[in-house]
Amino acid sequence: MNAPLVPVAALVEPADPAARQTVLAARDVGFAHAGVGTIFEKVSLSIRRREIVALLGSSGCGKSTLLRVLAGLEAPATGDVRFLDQPQTRPHPRSALVFQQPSLLPWLNLAGNVGFGLDFAHQPASDQESRRQRVTAAIEAVGLKGREGAFPAQLSGGMAQRAALARALAREPELLFADEPFSALDAITRAEMQTLLVDLVHRWHTAALLVTHDIDEAILVADRIVLMGGRPGHLVQEWTVDIPHPREDFPSEVTALRLSILGALRHA
Amino acid sequence: MVVNVLLPFVGLLAAALLWAAGAGWLTSVTPIAASFAPLPTLEALWLLLQGHDLWEHVAISLQRVGVGLVIALVLGIPLGVLTGLSPLFSRSTTPLFQFARMISPLSWMPLAVMVLGVGDAPVYFLLAFAAVWPILLNTAAGVAQLDKNWLLLARSLSATRRETIVHVILPGITAQILTGVRLAIGIIWIVLVPAEMLGVSAGLGYFILDSRDRLAYSDLMAAILVIGFLGYLLDHAARSLHWRWLHA
Ligand SMILES: Nc1ncnc2c1ncn2[C@@H]1O[C@H](COP(=O)(O)OP(=O)(O)O)[C@@H](O)[C@H]1O
Ligand SMILES: [Mg+2]
Repeated sequence: MNAPLVPVAALVEPADPAARQTVLAARDVGFAHAGVGTIFEKVSLSIRRREIVALLGSSGCGKSTLLRVLAGLEAPATGDVRFLDQPQTRPHPRSALVFQQPSLLPWLNLAGNVGFGLDFAHQPASDQESRRQRVTAAIEAVGLKGREGAFPAQLSGGMAQRAALARALAREPELLFADEPFSALDAITRAEMQTLLVDLVHRWHTAALLVTHDIDEAILVADRIVLMGGRPGHLVQEWTVDIPHPREDFPSEVTALRLSILGALRHA
Repeated sequence: MVVNVLLPFVGLLAAALLWAAGAGWLTSVTPIAASFAPLPTLEALWLLLQGHDLWEHVAISLQRVGVGLVIALVLGIPLGVLTGLSPLFSRSTTPLFQFARMISPLSWMPLAVMVLGVGDAPVYFLLAFAAVWPILLNTAAGVAQLDKNWLLLARSLSATRRETIVHVILPGITAQILTGVRLAIGIIWIVLVPAEMLGVSAGLGYFILDSRDRLAYSDLMAAILVIGFLGYLLDHAARSLHWRWLHA
């Protein structure tokens, strides 16, 4: 049962991240809300296979809006977004979303929530048995095995967010979009979930775009940190993080990086 | 434990005692009121339950409740969804709905009979007209309260409009629709009896007037008991449906 769902391409991939295939490529993307004006402009960002990119920025700087454009939920006003080298016109079936709130459907049990939408018309064709296996594997991966029949109201906040993560994993995403997925959790649960996310991304060979306003979260989780700021928003600076996991074991490197980010924030 | 089981009967028992006392006092004023008392009423009820007529009236009344409720659902849910989804529609109709809602459905009775003729049609109209508001308003409130992320989730799955409505919106507002249904049943049941007092020749409302005309006051009281009991059952059914949905 150990990760039976790995895309074949992932297995033959080069170890060097720079040589890996690009999952998402945004070029000069801009977006405006009617009446509010330009939210962000000239954003160019590539995400490669199996890479965790943290999009860091203060509240209201346009991170969520950018994530929705990159995820294909909103059309960009300028520029273009490509997913696996195809122009993206609507959310790609191999991308998945996790929000700040678990947003589980209260009338479905855990298994129903995790499997939600796998049989929708625009999803890749699949038979019931393979869908069931994907649901089982995803639930097991987030550590909720045995709770398949539980309803959302019976799950704690941390468990519900695990379920939301499993719902995303069940789609075998090439890219996971997560918008401040842990910021509603208590500090201890959040730390657990950050570790789980890193672990899952590595085991399931998916890439992730993690939106966060938490510098520590970005440093602990990401392979690359992109700082967003300004008005209208744009990408200010980028850091590649090559500190090994678990990064709590490398306090001096972590501190150095944090100081560098804080410095950039002051000048932004 | 035993107290908890018995407690609900305290009020009923007190009401029965008051009823007996009141009937006793009334009988001392007008002797004919003796048939209003509990014992003659229960006797009449016993006979009615063994007969055929009462059951027929009950069946016809319940069928009218069903038809009225279905019409109210068929009109109320789509209008409610539209109201909840479209601010434009909501703003242009809210004053009208609030206005129409406050008119007692029974005030339409003469008009309904003139337009729809005597028979079942005006009764259906009155019941549906009474029941549509709680369904419409609760549906609209349910849609407005839908978690925006559920809709985002549906869009992230490229759900079709049909998939979004069937798998997200309708289940997402079922609790509110059931609340609306429960309120609607309560209103329908209250409007039913007077609505059946005009232009129809069957049903519980008709039976009340008929008993009065036959001077069969025990039958009249028995019918009141039946109406109360059935209303209680209907409300209980609607309530447990709601509860069941929330605790699936
Ligand atoms: N639907 C909307 N209509 C108008 N303005 C919006 C809308 N959504 C977000 N905004 C504005 O866009 C800006 C960026 O919002 P958002 O992307 O949510 O920022 P962040 O996620 O970084 O906190 C904010 O100033 C917000 O007020
Ligand atoms: Mg945000």
